[in-house]
Amino acid sequence: MYSFPILQAEETPNIISLKQPHIQIKDLHVVVEGQEILKNINLSIPNNSVTSIIGPSGCGKTTLLKTLNRLLDDSKDVEISGSVLVNGEDIYAKNAEVTHIRKKMGLLSQKPFTLPMSIFENIAYGPKIHGEKDKGKLKAIVEQQLRNVGLWEEVKDRLDSSATRLSIGQQQRLCLARGLAVEPEIILGDESTSALDPISTQIIENLLMDLKQRYTIVLVTHILRQARRVSDYILFLYQGEVIEFGKTEELLLHPKHEITKQYVKGFIS
Amino acid sequence: MANISKRLQKEKIAKLLMQLSGILITGSLFLILGTILYKGLPHMTWEMISQTPKGGFYLGKSGGVLNAIIGSLYLAGLSTILATLIGIPIAIYLHVYVRQGTAISRFSKLLFDVLFGIPSIVYGAIAFSIMVFFGIRASLLGGVITITLLTIPIVVRTLDELLRTIPQDLKHVTASLGATRWESAKVMLKYIRPGLFTALLLAFGRAIGDVAGVMLTTGYSDNIPKYLDEPTATLPLAIFFQLSSPIPEVQGRAYASALILTFLILIIVLCTHFLSSKQKKHQT
Amino acid sequence: MDRRIVKDKLVKNSSALLLGFMLLVVLLIFIGLILKSQPLLESHPLGDILSKSVWAPMKGEFGFLPFILGTVWVTLIALLIAVPLCILAAVYLVEYAEDRLRNMVLPLVNVLAAIPPVLYGVWGVLFVVPVIRDVIAPLFGLQISGYSVFAGGMVLAVMIFPIMMSIMVEVIQTIPQELKAVSLSLGATKWETIQHVILKKARPGIIAAVVLAISRAFGETIAVLMVCGNIPKVPNSLFDAGYPIPALIANNFGEMMSIPLYDAALMFAALLLFIIIFGFNLLSRLILNKLEAPH
Repeated sequence: MYSFPILQAEETPNIISLKQPHIQIKDLHVVVEGQEILKNINLSIPNNSVTSIIGPSGCGKTTLLKTLNRLLDDSKDVEISGSVLVNGEDIYAKNAEVTHIRKKMGLLSQKPFTLPMSIFENIAYGPKIHGEKDKGKLKAIVEQQLRNVGLWEEVKDRLDSSATRLSIGQQQRLCLARGLAVEPEIILGDESTSALDPISTQIIENLLMDLKQRYTIVLVTHILRQARRVSDYILFLYQGEVIEFGKTEELLLHPKHEITKQYVKGFIS
Repeated sequence: MANISKRLQKEKIAKLLMQLSGILITGSLFLILGTILYKGLPHMTWEMISQTPKGGFYLGKSGGVLNAIIGSLYLAGLSTILATLIGIPIAIYLHVYVRQGTAISRFSKLLFDVLFGIPSIVYGAIAFSIMVFFGIRASLLGGVITITLLTIPIVVRTLDELLRTIPQDLKHVTASLGATRWESAKVMLKYIRPGLFTALLLAFGRAIGDVAGVMLTTGYSDNIPKYLDEPTATLPLAIFFQLSSPIPEVQGRAYASALILTFLILIIVLCTHFLSSKQKKHQT
Repeated sequence: MDRRIVKDKLVKNSSALLLGFMLLVVLLIFIGLILKSQPLLESHPLGDILSKSVWAPMKGEFGFLPFILGTVWVTLIALLIAVPLCILAAVYLVEYAEDRLRNMVLPLVNVLAAIPPVLYGVWGVLFVVPVIRDVIAPLFGLQISGYSVFAGGMVLAVMIFPIMMSIMVEVIQTIPQELKAVSLSLGATKWETIQHVILKKARPGIIAAVVLAISRAFGETIAVLMVCGNIPKVPNSLFDAGYPIPALIANNFGEMMSIPLYDAALMFAALLLFIIIFGFNLLSRLILNKLEAPH
């Protein structure tokens, strides 16, 4: 068992203050099946930038991401306390409306999961659910989003064919476009490139860096180099606790904590 | 979102409908058990299970259905034993000697699935024709043969499911110790033993409840059979016959007989449940 | 050492023999049915047998239409009742219900599968038929005995609950959590996710379950026979009596052998059942096997 200094209250990572941060996490605890997966998380995630969550496997990265759009709600034996504020609204408040919250956040999961329908329907699904019936408008949305992810030229002639016929890389871009079609404010990525080949990975990374102009992006990754390439801020999580949170260069080059140093150097993974 | 409340309302209605469906489906079980209990209990007497039909039984006079109870137990017991003796080697053969995923293995499994689906009346009709051809009269033996054919697919399919849960490693371990395939098969049988009894009970349950297969082949008799070539009464058939009688007392006995059969089936179900939970524990 | 290998060979060969024997049994049943129904097929054209609706064995008329339609009516009614109920309940059990509830309900549904047909028949006579006679039919201003295709369909519906439920629950359970998460994270409600994603993805499995249930319903004999009325006429409404094929065989086999061709006609009925059920079973198994394949 590796021992490391436990953070005292005054040592809690410097919260980078920006005007009206989109996501603010306060005193968040998550207990899954009796095990405390996340311990006392306090964070503000900056707007219009890419924040990467890194840390050894099992440190609670994905759990943290999933608490942001309440995807843990349906899991079994999960207790969540504390609050997550999105635009100042607590999404864990009693009267919070969960579909509304989730719509605000596009999720890009590890493997591309296409819905069992055509390429067109995959993207039109979200807008349709939210009440868009106009065919012309749907077509426009589909085209625009496919262009956004650079997929339009590749698929424009086969919009009605099944989405599963696309390559994995294309599918992942389709999933991104599908998420964007419901006009989210935040994009959550859960190791979104781990199933992809290097070229597709690069395409997705470049897309994310473009998209940060308009969206706040939170990524979970286990690849340090990827975190360095794409993110503005890095959050280092270890055994359910935030060890360090700062600008990418600073955290990677001058980590303040011993444990972060060890991780960055590759001694723990 | 303007339409969000409408969408949530839809969800609520759907959920309500789903709950209702679940209640209806589960409720039907209790409705059936309740109906039989309610109608059968008033007619239930010690006589019913301790005596064979006396003179005038079918006109409402004294006696019981012990002949049918014993007949059913004989029939189901013998068929289950036979079906197991034939079914276990087949299931083992399909798992140990035939390579998985080959045409033979897939075809055979499909065959048993399909055999499982063939209604017992078809088995009964064929068995009856064969018996007529050879001049055999309706008897316990005829019933046993028919019901055995009916239950073999149950045994094979259940064992197949069980054998599939055996970890590949276990198979490799025995093989790498130099065991012949028959020897590793014995280890596998040991591994699935609690499940084996589940398969037997399932077969027994199906055998004891079948009517269509026995009504043509087994005949009916007021006596408890002593030999295989005697016609034999079975409980389901006793229910069927008595229920079609216009005499209220006899109908009442049909309800009581139904209660007895329900009771037997519930015992089997309980044992199966107990054993399969044991099998689960055994595996983890 | 030698003995062990000899033993192994012995077991292998005798098991193979038993398997071959079972294959032979199926083949024998099929050939036997064809041979025995030959006399009818030789004297009456197949088209006539299947399409004529006059059943008068004494006069040598064997129109199977009433029985075929009787079976179809009963099966359709059962499906109309059971399919929506089972889909809704299966979805609820997998997507909404807590583990405890699911672990309670599924075994109970399996108890339904263990109840013998004759008890379903008893229940049909004691409960379903009176309910139709005293409650449902009067709503339509009808005075009937209650023994009808409707009663048969209702009893059958309950009988096919377990097989449909168990397959549907299994199929819905195999749908990856992530796929649901996709739909949810786009802001869909759970019900919308069920409608557009889960049910769509589960469709082949649901179809297989229904097809399997149809084949079960087609062959069910005694329970339906007890509540269906058994009049060899084409039913025209829910409340008409019907006479399904299995009931025809069960009621008459071995009794009227003196009438020429009667025996062959009943064998033909069994052949019909065999072929239909074999086909439907095969179809649903092929679908299910295909679904299992990628794993």
